[in-house]
Amino acid sequence: MKHHIKVTVNGAVREAEVESRLLLVHFIRENLRLTGTHVGCDTSHCGVCTVHLDGEPVKSCTVLAVQADGRSVSTVEGLEQGGKLHPMQEAFTEKHALQCGFCTPGMLMTTSALLERNKKPSEQEIRQAISGNLCRCTGYLNIVKAVQHAAEKLS
Amino acid sequence: MKTDAKICGMGHSMKRKEDPRFIRGQGNYVDDVVLPGMLYMDIVRSPHAHARIKKIDTSKALKIPGVLAVIDGPTLEKYKLHWMPTISGDTQMVLPIDEVMYVAQEVCAVIATERYIAADGADAVEVEYEPLPVMVDPMKSIAPGAPVLRKDKQGKKDNIAFHWEAGDRAATEKALKECEVVAEQDVYVPRIHVASMETCGCVADFDTAQGKLTVHMTTQAPHAVRTVFALVAGHVGLSEERIRIISPDIGGGFGGKVPVYPGYVIAVAASVVIGKPVKWIEDRMENLQADSFARDYHMKVSLGAKKDGTMTALRIKTVADHGYTNASANPMKYPAGLFSICTGSYPMKNAFCEVDAVYTHKPPGGVAYRCSFRVTEAVHAIERVVDVLAQKLKMDPAELRMKNFIRPEQFPYKSVLGWEYDSGNYPAALKKAMDIVDYSSLRQEQKEKRARGELMGIGICSFTEIVGAGPSKDFDILGIKMFDSAEIRVHPTGKALARFGTKSQGQGHETTYAQIVAEELGIPASDVQVEEGDTDTAPYGLGTSASRSTPTSGAAAAMAARKIRAKAKTIAAHLLECSEVDLDWEPGKFFIKGVPGKFKTIQECAFAAYTNLPKGLEPGMEATNYYDPPNLTFPFGSYICVVDIDRGTGEVKVRRFVAVDDCGNIINPMIVDGQIHGGLAQGVGPALYEEIGYDEEGNVFGGSFLDYYVPTALECPKWETDKTITPSPHHPLGAKGVGESATVGAPPAIANAVVDALSHLGVTHIDIPITPDKVWKLLKAKGAAE
Repeated sequence: MKHHIKVTVNGAVREAEVESRLLLVHFIRENLRLTGTHVGCDTSHCGVCTVHLDGEPVKSCTVLAVQADGRSVSTVEGLEQGGKLHPMQEAFTEKHALQCGFCTPGMLMTTSALLERNKKPSEQEIRQAISGNLCRCTGYLNIVKAVQHAAEKLS
Repeated sequence: MKTDAKICGMGHSMKRKEDPRFIRGQGNYVDDVVLPGMLYMDIVRSPHAHARIKKIDTSKALKIPGVLAVIDGPTLEKYKLHWMPTISGDTQMVLPIDEVMYVAQEVCAVIATERYIAADGADAVEVEYEPLPVMVDPMKSIAPGAPVLRKDKQGKKDNIAFHWEAGDRAATEKALKECEVVAEQDVYVPRIHVASMETCGCVADFDTAQGKLTVHMTTQAPHAVRTVFALVAGHVGLSEERIRIISPDIGGGFGGKVPVYPGYVIAVAASVVIGKPVKWIEDRMENLQADSFARDYHMKVSLGAKKDGTMTALRIKTVADHGYTNASANPMKYPAGLFSICTGSYPMKNAFCEVDAVYTHKPPGGVAYRCSFRVTEAVHAIERVVDVLAQKLKMDPAELRMKNFIRPEQFPYKSVLGWEYDSGNYPAALKKAMDIVDYSSLRQEQKEKRARGELMGIGICSFTEIVGAGPSKDFDILGIKMFDSAEIRVHPTGKALARFGTKSQGQGHETTYAQIVAEELGIPASDVQVEEGDTDTAPYGLGTSASRSTPTSGAAAAMAARKIRAKAKTIAAHLLECSEVDLDWEPGKFFIKGVPGKFKTIQECAFAAYTNLPKGLEPGMEATNYYDPPNLTFPFGSYICVVDIDRGTGEVKVRRFVAVDDCGNIINPMIVDGQIHGGLAQGVGPALYEEIGYDEEGNVFGGSFLDYYVPTALECPKWETDKTITPSPHHPLGAKGVGESATVGAPPAIANAVVDALSHLGVTHIDIPITPDKVWKLLKAKGAAE
């Protein structure tokens, strides 16, 4: 069965006819061709598919596209505003918080959401916040440093 | 540093050139590739570790709208594509005709118009199996009289994949008998999985009009793959000039993306047969259950010494579980990789090691996990047994290491197992690590805590790495020598394009190679465009694995740049109307000796190479170098780990981790630190959490992220890194590889720390991963659990 859905993605209203079972991540990647959001596991552990749903970070492999109907989604492609990078994007480069780049979009979405609710997180709070986002390259320390750096710049 | 920040040559922590696309979500990974008319493939996999296929019923699958075809073994057999070689020269099924040999083995593949429909099709295929006896224990498999697993190999009477040895067996046995003390320890390094965040996959695109195959695939070694495809499928018309492998951005490789897996070959066959592009992307469970496995070494280690602690003899006997086939990517001459580095940082007079590799009903083993050449296993064995010896002699493990280290003045050092260590200064690295961590204070703290019943341990690992394969006299993959390449073109406006036979999977080659060119030519690194991964454009090479990119392609970049600089000098002399001998070089310009004001920049020379040449000089400014290294490089380091153990739960918490690494001269310190951090996390994983295990039926434990525990930010400490710098004497830049050092060095440091924390209870060894469960049971047995 197909459903008509209407989702605001990175500020623009997108409409589509989708199957009930279509995952939000596949709607984003394949219907909308926003390929910055990745798929890394089948079990909601890795977090590379993290997007914001109504401002909250969610793992888009665990949300159905129909559940996003009438709601607002933002993805890594929406972080840069008016040609200006989000401070977290700048911080990730500045602190060498990415290597292969595959976990990076999910990390950026999780950490930017963290700073929305906690302007000055402690190291432990940062580590806790990203504990649902796996990274196999960086050993996490530079990601922690990037979040601290972005928090300083935003304050 | 020879260059300023504008040129940004070696030693600058240049921000990465690849970051702008990744932070915007504009990377181009294989699953991002979409081609017109593209179809999707999903694979039906075996639920049995050993079974006869009685029937594959595809009728229900083929009735699903959108399912176009099911490809099985007999389909491929028609084209003689149902078998393929592994990179180490063994053989494996692409798809089975009659028997499956491990759980998750590919049985057949469904091709459909959409991803979800392909998955529906795979679910609808009905396979009837007749289960057969399963062999999972390598010790039983190696025993005389065991049923032969690889019946496909004519005349095969046992389950030995290979036997390999190094050193003098008799002399080592004799020396061990004569030793005053012998530390003996069984050490198991279990099967683990790289679990790169991106799984494996490809888009195979056969152009029926041109007869050309293009494959976008997750490969660390695109050229080697092209040649393998040509060798395997030459008989069906796939000739090497009509095969193009494109390795796009790769979401982590760590060695797992070196081999050619059946899925790639099936997708290629499907595209050739159907005439449309076919995409195959593994899901995580397929990835963790079917390919990319590493380690699985059962080692019996004996270390002989004098009573004063002087080490004299080492013997390691190994049974290596390779599963169904030997899937490792080791040089032909070294089927057990560089395992004979096992004498480590110590000048052993006698040593012998041997490896018996056996087949079992497990997926293909021996691939890689940030080290494919068995250095991790070797270092774990020696660094663990050194601590066993220290415990036996009641010596401090740091003191025992310091006493035995190969001395700085002994380099180049020829090891008894045949390697010539190019350079080293082991005492300096250990001393630095001990100073940073304040070793004596830690020992005092441990003493006090122990008196209070608290469990705290300090572990050391002083490893010697061996990377940069390698010299062509010793190293080849399926006969192809393990040199690597660089091609540099300087454009008329003085900007450059540099292409390489390697392939970054996150290591930052686009930045570091540009810095090498900047160092050698003085062209700003920001003006150097680096490309890799497209076999139609890049020069031939064996790809990126085993920390070989800097030792091989990095060296090639320097050598190619030097050819260009020599030509630029001729042009500069022409422009300045002087002789070449009158010119001096500083990064970016030639000037007349003693007259710094009279100079020509490299950019001016480049422009003249296309506009105003001296008579008789060939136009253009390009150079290629195929670099065949004279030796491997031998990075080293000393790591110190501090752990606290919870007596109630058995949980090991890594409180501190100090890593002092020496990888010779450093191209980009920021990137090297990043490599070390990531390597350390991939040391914490195997040391404490990660294992792919099997039950008696060959069913996997650890086949998803539910139970294959990759460390998160909470398990990783705040790494403390530092360096000593001992340049490689033979590398043109004095550099060594670094990518795998930390993954090699970290597990023994952690294991030694845990054993140290429990040593007063009589614990001398724990096999990794040292899970809370294992520690708690041990504490319980010793009456020390809370």
